[in-house]
Amino acid sequence: MTGIYFDNNATTRVDPAVVEAMLPYFTEQFGNPSSMHSFGNKVGLAIKKARMQVQELLGAEHDSEIIFTSCGTESDSTALISALKAQPERKEIITTTVEHPAILTLCTWLEKDGYKVHLLKVDGKGRLDLDEYKKLLSDQVAVVSVMWANNETGTFFPVVEMAELANAAGAMFHTDAVQAVGKVPLNLKDTKIDMLSVSGHKLHAPKGIGVLYLKRGTRFRPLLRGGHQERGRRAGTENTTSIVGLGKAAEMALEAMQYENTEVARLRDKLEAGILAKVPRAFVTGDPSNRLPNTCNIAFEFIEGEAILLLLNKFGIAASSGSACTSGSLEPSHVMRAMGIPYTAAHGTVRFSLSRYSTEAEVDRVIAVVPEIIAQLRKLSPYWEGDGPKAEPEKAFAPTYA
Amino acid sequence: MWDYSDKVKEHFFQPRNAGVLEGANGVGDVGSISCGDALRLMLKVEPETDIILDAHFQTFGCGSAIASSSALTEMIKGKTLDEALKVSNQDIADYLDGLPPEKMHCSVMGREALQAAVANYRGEVWSDDHEEGALVCKCFAIDAVLIEDTIRANELCSVQDVTNYTKAGGGCSSCHEGIEEILAKVMAERGESFKPGAQPKEEAAPAGMTNLQRIRKIEAVLESVRPQLKRDGGDIELVDVDGKTIYVNMTGACAGCQMEALTLQGIQQKLMEELKEFIKIVPTKVSSLTRAMKG
Repeated sequence: MTGIYFDNNATTRVDPAVVEAMLPYFTEQFGNPSSMHSFGNKVGLAIKKARMQVQELLGAEHDSEIIFTSCGTESDSTALISALKAQPERKEIITTTVEHPAILTLCTWLEKDGYKVHLLKVDGKGRLDLDEYKKLLSDQVAVVSVMWANNETGTFFPVVEMAELANAAGAMFHTDAVQAVGKVPLNLKDTKIDMLSVSGHKLHAPKGIGVLYLKRGTRFRPLLRGGHQERGRRAGTENTTSIVGLGKAAEMALEAMQYENTEVARLRDKLEAGILAKVPRAFVTGDPSNRLPNTCNIAFEFIEGEAILLLLNKFGIAASSGSACTSGSLEPSHVMRAMGIPYTAAHGTVRFSLSRYSTEAEVDRVIAVVPEIIAQLRKLSPYWEGDGPKAEPEKAFAPTYA
Repeated sequence: MWDYSDKVKEHFFQPRNAGVLEGANGVGDVGSISCGDALRLMLKVEPETDIILDAHFQTFGCGSAIASSSALTEMIKGKTLDEALKVSNQDIADYLDGLPPEKMHCSVMGREALQAAVANYRGEVWSDDHEEGALVCKCFAIDAVLIEDTIRANELCSVQDVTNYTKAGGGCSSCHEGIEEILAKVMAERGESFKPGAQPKEEAAPAGMTNLQRIRKIEAVLESVRPQLKRDGGDIELVDVDGKTIYVNMTGACAGCQMEALTLQGIQQKLMEELKEFIKIVPTKVSSLTRAMKG
């Protein structure tokens, strides 16, 4: 399949070298690593190697701190539920308004069981107020869960500093780092982060494999109980092929770390500047000075995101949007709303997320195509007239709201 | 990615009648900016005949909102206002060869814009009586507001009740957790608590219909599909109505036809829409007379 894939925060292509590393484990190395015979033993060794490769990418002190799971969501659920089960006297959770649904939906569910969930607000650029956070920390808080980088805007949260504060208050600290791992150098052994979630398919490993990093000494209560796999902390026969694949992907991500933060960032900046120079009434959301190197989220005012994506797709360009329509919900992205982006812009946000496979030619092509698409849709918009929005657009068109 | 029909895609990529209509004498603005759709429909109506000479639209919205707007303008041009008002949101969706359940509200918006534009032309004030909530049942496109209102109005207390009255939950059943949550909320308002094992209410005549009215309605639906069946050399006969089950006898070329199941499914859908309740249509090989005699 050809085309321009700028949706790498959604998922990434499995690197051919990763596929190659995985293939033998479907066929000749099919054994169960728990088995005594040599069919199993070799697979066991391969998992050991993968665990060390992930350990290195995360900068973890011990390889036993790496628990393989089925996905980022499982890691998130395991971490939060474990923290609550291990500290039954603590009934509060602190998280943010802009977390991924893997955390937010879980927290809404936990509220029904009587837990108190504090949601930290963000400002217009998606930044937290650490004073608000400090005030909420108490001996009632079981766990703080704050994402390392936002999936929509790429904006970083100061998780290392926040983990120190949580630790001082006796609360556990978890971070959903699925967007950051592989793009940001990590050195978990020097932090107070207790738990961290990884998703394989965000860093060129396959879907269906994740990691929960669990700092040695952190009290833990497994979610899946059964066999002794993962030292009894995550029962269930290992997804051996994908674990091997994730190990290889982790090794490659570490090698590409500098490239991600220089060349990929340069291409992203070129794309962003190129679009903003040609399209009026468009702006970058989040905090452009403190974000992932591959992500750029642009709000195009007075038009709707799904329509933009459909036209981009016609030109073979893949991106994603925070509009309500792309998710089938009635509200635009909770991240955009939390930042106070007006509805007329929030529905028109488009996220371009690059990878180390993105090329200059692709960036040039997108810069050439986007302005036409935006102009075409604005011609249909009741808020737009000629070359610009109507004077006082919200008054010029004020429909009866259904 | 939505599973849009080719017709939807075509109307999105090449929208008909887009842009401002000079000399429009009926304008309807409707929408919901929070859910990302808003539409201005502009009509040019000939005062002597009430015929819509031209119709244009401007839409802030997704692919299916733009396609629904485009389809609507094509459907109403040349019609009189009264004829145009007969266009339902289902007609708009049908014209586009269907819309995903999450997107049916786009066709509702088209229908509302039409009502608003006609009211504007006639110097009336159009007020919207339809509030939209989050989609709960994806099989039948039923939203939370409708479910809440129905539970409140009829004092419902079980998921089965909600299915009987609104169809919601009558398909894949994945939304039952959501329906239970709404039940718990509304029942708490009237001081009751939701119990999973509660007996459904009496099945008779939901939506305030008597048995006779209900059977007449069923006959009317069968009557409306009869010409189509006859064209293919077949026919359909109503055999019996037993609660939620409607027995029919497919005759002529329809009997045993490979398309029978498909045809029945279509008729069942139509019946559910007309009766506003979840029913099951069951083909039987006996005629109404034999069945009556067996008692």
